[in-house]
Amino acid sequence: MSADYVLEMKNIGKRYGENTVLEGVTLQVRPGEIHALLGENGAGKSTLMNVLFGMPVIHTTGGFDGQVLLNGEEVHISSPSDAMTKGIGMVHQEFMLLPGFTVTENIKLNREMTNRNLVSRLLGKNMETLDMKAMSSAARKALDSVGMSIDEYTRVEGMPVGYMQFIEIAREIDKTGVKVLVFDEPTAVLTESEAEQLIRVMKAIAETGIAIIFITHRLDEVMEAADAITILRDGHLVTSIQKKNTSIIQLAELMIGRKGEAMVSVESRPLPQDQVALHVDDLYVNMPGEEVRGVSFDVFEGEILGIGGLAGQGKLGIPNGIMSLYDSEGNVEFFGQPLKLGNAADALRAGMAMVSEDRKGVGLLLDQSIEDNIVFTAMQVKKEYLSFLGPISLKNSRQIREQANRMINELDIRCFGPTQHTGTLSGGNQQKVCIARALTMDPKFLFVSEPTRGIDIGAKKLVLETLVKLNREQGMTIVMVSSELQELRSICDRIMIVSEGEVVDTLSPDASDADFGLAMSGIKPSEHKKEAMNNDNQ
Amino acid sequence: MANEKKFNLSSFLRSNAVMILFVALSIVCLLASGQNLNKVLGDLTGRMGRNIFIVLALIIPVVAGMGINFAITIGAMAAQIACLWTVEWGISGLPGMLLAAAITVPLASFFGFLIGKLMNKMKGQEMIGGLILGYFANGLYQLLFLFVFGNLIPLNAPGLVVKGSTGVANTIDLSTERGFKYALDDVWRMPLLDALYLVLGIAAAIILVMMLLKKIKQRRGLIIIGIMAVVTGLTFIPPIAAIFENISAPMATFGVVALLCLFNTALLKTRLGQNFRAVGQNRTVANASGINVDRVRIIAIMISTVLAGWGQLIFVQNMGSFQTYGAHEQVGLYAGAAILVGGASIRKATNSQAILGCILFHLMFIVVPDAGKLLSSDASIGEYLRAFISYGVIALALVIHAWSGIQKKKNPREALAVRR
Repeated sequence: MSADYVLEMKNIGKRYGENTVLEGVTLQVRPGEIHALLGENGAGKSTLMNVLFGMPVIHTTGGFDGQVLLNGEEVHISSPSDAMTKGIGMVHQEFMLLPGFTVTENIKLNREMTNRNLVSRLLGKNMETLDMKAMSSAARKALDSVGMSIDEYTRVEGMPVGYMQFIEIAREIDKTGVKVLVFDEPTAVLTESEAEQLIRVMKAIAETGIAIIFITHRLDEVMEAADAITILRDGHLVTSIQKKNTSIIQLAELMIGRKGEAMVSVESRPLPQDQVALHVDDLYVNMPGEEVRGVSFDVFEGEILGIGGLAGQGKLGIPNGIMSLYDSEGNVEFFGQPLKLGNAADALRAGMAMVSEDRKGVGLLLDQSIEDNIVFTAMQVKKEYLSFLGPISLKNSRQIREQANRMINELDIRCFGPTQHTGTLSGGNQQKVCIARALTMDPKFLFVSEPTRGIDIGAKKLVLETLVKLNREQGMTIVMVSSELQELRSICDRIMIVSEGEVVDTLSPDASDADFGLAMSGIKPSEHKKEAMNNDNQ
Repeated sequence: MANEKKFNLSSFLRSNAVMILFVALSIVCLLASGQNLNKVLGDLTGRMGRNIFIVLALIIPVVAGMGINFAITIGAMAAQIACLWTVEWGISGLPGMLLAAAITVPLASFFGFLIGKLMNKMKGQEMIGGLILGYFANGLYQLLFLFVFGNLIPLNAPGLVVKGSTGVANTIDLSTERGFKYALDDVWRMPLLDALYLVLGIAAAIILVMMLLKKIKQRRGLIIIGIMAVVTGLTFIPPIAAIFENISAPMATFGVVALLCLFNTALLKTRLGQNFRAVGQNRTVANASGINVDRVRIIAIMISTVLAGWGQLIFVQNMGSFQTYGAHEQVGLYAGAAILVGGASIRKATNSQAILGCILFHLMFIVVPDAGKLLSSDASIGEYLRAFISYGVIALALVIHAWSGIQKKKNPREALAVRR
């Protein structure tokens, strides 16, 4: 067997139950190479890395198919710490640092240098005394190699995030015998100059013979740093190429690709532009993992606006922020009226409704009946479906039943009847109950967040058709947020792409795959083309 | 400048609220009770000797992020089982005490292991878990002492079983020739004032050596020595000297306590100690760096349980007898309250906080009944106040901890404005 590659993952396959998330994926990394791993959400990048690190989630769900080879020899990695001893390191996306520890203590965490003492001779290594001096000087060396000048005795608490990222890297470098280092979205939290420094550091590390797997969504950084590129899509290997043989446009295309035909076809129409239904200016939303950093956009009355982008880039934060489900700040005008952020009831009263992406958490009361779920918000916010006896208000069962039956018919909710508990419904039917509840609010404006997540293909089609029907027949303005680009392209009038909490561009559903791919990696397609043309001219 | 000072003061008040409240309350009660200071100091010396060890046993679990280990009650139970058998075998004096300590180790380690296992299944709820576990174990303990010892396993020592009744007697007396009353305390006693001089002398010597080795700043060292000299001088003033009269300090017991303090400090400087601290700060991070989090937590609880057992032995040898079915019940509560009074929180605790807390808490115990009697002319009010204060302290500490967790919310724009 050749040992050209320091790491080879051959024909990796992984299933969670019925669901195949990886099939026949091969990743080959040479020593001293920066190897970029690209793919949309759900393409299988994280699963592949979980396999590499022997994460418990892989082993407890029946293991994986295929082989992992280190330096040409097959290895079985049983746990993350096993991966560590075999020379595979990870720079985490979320910082794995202890705020109360000093920089040194963090770099040397669980690899402390110690001196033997009387007790340790009896009770073993755990009782050895820490040798802070030796630890500090080793930490200093590692910090210098990533170009960090901070004092190794300072506490990590309160440091800028950029510093933390470099401390993490210093920790991985400090480990002896590291062969492969995985960088998971390392530049996501860095400023531009820090990101440049990081790429310099990565190149310096690679020069010492350590192979780097670079997971990122920023295609420009891939082109700058990587030697080879592997692209995954839907759990399959798309291609594995050398950087010199490709271009940023080609990468964007390969990453997105066409996934089958559109499920719902809508005849194209001129974009309704008569009246602005929702005007958003400089919106910030502090939704953990989906932060929004100053977006501005308009939604026209009667249109279906799609919001797309990769997971964790802030597209979910937009509806959640406007509906005040998370802390948000900014100017929002709804049909010309300013909308105060901070209280979800205000948004509901103004005539907005939302179908949440968190169906089981926020969307439904799982151990309540369908009819109670459908009228719940209207009852609470608009005081409908109630009969009043002086100060006491009671549920008006007759009205509730009527409304529930109407909705069950209209949306074709498959159930035994309006009293069935929503927890026992299938995902698709639960989603329809969520939509029914939003519709019972009689909204002028509907946010739909990830409406097809986790439901089967038939139900997806129905949900999308329902949205189109509401829009075309009742003139409801709809903003749909989805990770599935194909879905957005099939029913939306315009698609806004969000990356790193900011709006990159608003594209027509007919725009090319490459344009969508570029936008998702944070590059405005029109600007890229201009730049490319300038380069050609020079 | 003035602004800065003010800020520091308020943060100091906030982080030491429990302690400050307690000092104030103690002084008021001390004045109200009108007790003789000599008597108060005598009481306090005795109480410190018998109680402080068990308070120090709480430090390691706090550092390991498991909060106040209320399950030390179970360590006390282990110690009492050990006591029963040394009395049964009639091994008295210091050998008896050492034997009891030796028996405590495997028992308490085993119990600690089980407690740790359970607490690993209920991460984040260790404190309430330990409390309830203590109550549950009490049931098992009583079953053991009522039906197993004395019935299934016969006991022969006089006084352990009351004729005509079931189970072990209500009180186990250690002052007989089979017991080990004062076994540790009487190893070495000296007058409290002499003990004070001795401690100050040793401390001064250590500081001088450190000054010579340049481990401590000259000026700071001289100031500390100066303060100690003033303290020494004060004890020569007759009214102050009178406070110290006729009080003898159990030096061996205090010596053991000093050793435990050293143990705590040294342990935290080892690799295991570093693991305790890492696990205490963030289990996810510790786990990601390859630390076996569950194992580290179990070790922390085992150490704490064994130490608590030894602490209970020190307690009973000083008391001379103990209530078979009740001596362990309040151990966790009182020790927990004491360490919190010293300024510890459920996330941070040190030796000095434990010692200071123990002094304040027991000072309160001594003066409150008399103060209560004076206020309401009823002695039982004092007992009520003791329980009230213990629970109150714990509740207050928990509330303050919860408050400090709610930091001032940043608005989203500021929170997120760090980007390009």
